[in-house]
Amino acid sequence: MHADAGGAVNLETALAALGAPVRLVFFTQTFDCETCLPARQIVNRVASLSDQISVEEFNIVLDTDQVEAYGIRRVPAIAVVGEADTGIRFYGVPDGHELVSLVESIQLVASGDSGLSDESQALIAAVEQPIDIQVFVTPT
Amino acid sequence: MALISPHITASAVAAVEYPDLVRQYRVTGVPKTVVNDRVEILGAVPEASFVSQVLAVDG
Repeated sequence: MHADAGGAVNLETALAALGAPVRLVFFTQTFDCETCLPARQIVNRVASLSDQISVEEFNIVLDTDQVEAYGIRRVPAIAVVGEADTGIRFYGVPDGHELVSLVESIQLVASGDSGLSDESQALIAAVEQPIDIQVFVTPT
Repeated sequence: MALISPHITASAVAAVEYPDLVRQYRVTGVPKTVVNDRVEILGAVPEASFVSQVLAVDG
């Protein structure tokens, strides 16, 4: 799966069978954000591939309630939200490998199945303190 | 992990777009994982190892 035109079919296939609604909550900024426009285009394109995916857009400067509610720290940002907020965020333009990750996250949130081993799931379910995981990545 | 626990948030950060964070967290290669601003995990590691290293920050 890639962000190029040839990958569109694969994306569509990946998102065709979503079993539950997923919201992409997109945070942008009007000025000084060169990457916000390409990020928005990808978010809208992904959403166009499934009736189960909806998009909400907020401004990091103006919509302070939502910024606080989703713990958004910079733009462009995408929160992948299912029945409840899962705490999954993407910062930056989700292209290349990041688009694959975004689509996989949407599938995970829709299914509610992390795909992790029973042992991992038990350990993670026992967590009682806040844990913030940041993974630095590149699109290629 | 974020999917399983309401206490866990997980962000993917496009390194090239946030040079300030790359400097702050001394990101010299990807993937690099930073947990609660203090535990660092370099590279892609097997699931069990990743989970135990992330949870080591708890408590």
